[in-house]
Amino acid sequence: MSFYPICAEYSGAPLTEIFAAATESDVRRALGKTLLGPEDFLALMSPAALPLLEEIARKASRLTEQNFGRTIQLFTPLYLSNYCTNHCVYCGFNAKNKIPRTQLTLKQLEEEAKAIASTGLKHLLILTGESRIKASPDYLDSCMGVLRKYFPSVSIEIYAMEQDEYARLVDAGVDGLTIYQETYDEELYAELHPRGPKRDFRYRLDAPERGCKAGMRVVNIGALLGLGDWHKDALITALHAAYLQDRYPEVDISVSLPRMRPHVGEFQPTSIVEDRDMVQVMLALRLFLPRLGITVSTRENAEFRENILPLGVTKMSAGVSTAVGGHSQDGDQVGQFDISDERGVEEMCEVLRKHGYQPVFKDWESITEPAKGAA
Amino acid sequence: MSKDLFEIGGLKLDSRLFTGTGKYADDSVIPGICEASGSQVITVALRRVDMESTTGNVMDFIPKNMQLLPNTSGARTADEAVRIARLARAMGCGDWIKIEVISDNKYLLPDGYETARATEILVKEGFIVLPYVNADLYVARSLVDAGAAAVMPLGAPIGTNRGLQTREMLRILIDEITIPVIVDAGIGKPSEACEAMEMGADACLVNTAIATASDPVMMARAFGRAVKAGREAYLAGPGATQCHAAASSPLTDFLSGD
Repeated sequence: MSFYPICAEYSGAPLTEIFAAATESDVRRALGKTLLGPEDFLALMSPAALPLLEEIARKASRLTEQNFGRTIQLFTPLYLSNYCTNHCVYCGFNAKNKIPRTQLTLKQLEEEAKAIASTGLKHLLILTGESRIKASPDYLDSCMGVLRKYFPSVSIEIYAMEQDEYARLVDAGVDGLTIYQETYDEELYAELHPRGPKRDFRYRLDAPERGCKAGMRVVNIGALLGLGDWHKDALITALHAAYLQDRYPEVDISVSLPRMRPHVGEFQPTSIVEDRDMVQVMLALRLFLPRLGITVSTRENAEFRENILPLGVTKMSAGVSTAVGGHSQDGDQVGQFDISDERGVEEMCEVLRKHGYQPVFKDWESITEPAKGAA
Repeated sequence: MSKDLFEIGGLKLDSRLFTGTGKYADDSVIPGICEASGSQVITVALRRVDMESTTGNVMDFIPKNMQLLPNTSGARTADEAVRIARLARAMGCGDWIKIEVISDNKYLLPDGYETARATEILVKEGFIVLPYVNADLYVARSLVDAGAAAVMPLGAPIGTNRGLQTREMLRILIDEITIPVIVDAGIGKPSEACEAMEMGADACLVNTAIATASDPVMMARAFGRAVKAGREAYLAGPGATQCHAAASSPLTDFLSGD
């Protein structure tokens, strides 16, 4: 079983024409439904939906509040390593970029974990570049021995793995998998990933499904909007989420909506995703998949993050550094990308409360037994 | 009328409305909810409890006089529910446990088989078990056999505010099940809680409808009153309903010979 045939079918469809053909009636029909199909998502993403954006927003807001309450779960990323063998043209950790490469020792990791835990955060996302030799499964397993002392919930955003490798990390205490397809356009994907293991489009496409099978509680997918045609990438992201939700109902499926940000290297976004576009995608996702988690990172600026609070967001990062050791180590580290919202955890909480939202620090209790040999 | 008490796990309760702690914009509203609703039992997801928190723990907002009903939200199997229940007890949350075993995140429907399995294990460990289930007679009977303190059938899927969609099945459970039947999930309006109580339910649990109201405290008060009204109506024995009008001068009066 694979999402690949569905991805190929929609990728090859004349989507520009299909979007253009949607009418106001199609949008109104989608708005009136409780259970929406792909054709409704298409209508909500079409230009015909733009005059009805406020009406769509009201429904999205109601659905979000009903399903998740006025709460936003907070998390922060922790970069373990920036060694990378990939040549992704849009990424600051690209193997060709001349940046200092480093990987946290377990002692440094403990310092980093303590620094993050002191902010009160309990949900952590650990990241590495793609280097199986440096950030090996054994290394990650050891890291979990440290991290589970501080965080009841740890997700990974690392290179695509085999199902049994994910299962091993689940046993070690990892409960979430974040993996972005970057773009669902297979040809563009090949151009953007000229070398390295990540070049295998299908292996990456099937990784979220391997994570579901391996017992991950939360699987978070997404496309880096702006790399290709954002309409197409947003549509296929939604279909990918629906595919996983239907087949793995025990897994919480969520979607991130990252937009391209400036970073070290020459590549700059070719397709500009405006604020209005982002909002349209988020609203359509909420109506299409009311129980879907939606994550917004600090790639977005403070004002935009505040404005979209009622529209569907369920998780936000705060107190972010995208550099290895950025929370506790001295020196000028280079981040994976520049962030736009540099507010710390406390300030973010104040802002959420001001807008009538409860910042949720803890929404999981680790129930896995400590893995053998874990610290 | 003598005091209409309601007993669960050896505890006698005045109020037949259970409340929750989820989805609030600010947990500091919880004491006001408890007071306005008159509720004496409050459920809290163990996943949200953080005894070591420096940023605020939901437990800090639960009035001390409330009976705590920790729940196993997030459990996908009986084993996970059992582990969460044991953690709850170890964290000092007491012996009451609301079993939620849900392996369908789209509809959040409970898994009856796994719920019954978890109930059996936890009852043997001395827990007062209140399982959240579909309105299914066979599942409910198996929970009675397993030693559950009550059954908590859903009116509609969690958080949907769609009311008593399972009305006919609830009626059967109320008639057939000998332990308390507490309608949990789906109740969106006080009138629906009132209807459940009129039908003979022993209590209702309401969270989303209160937490997502524009004025949660006022809505909590409304639910408290509705549950009381429904219970009193049930005890009062409502007259039979029929489709046709009934003449106030009966046609067969002459047979009495007066």
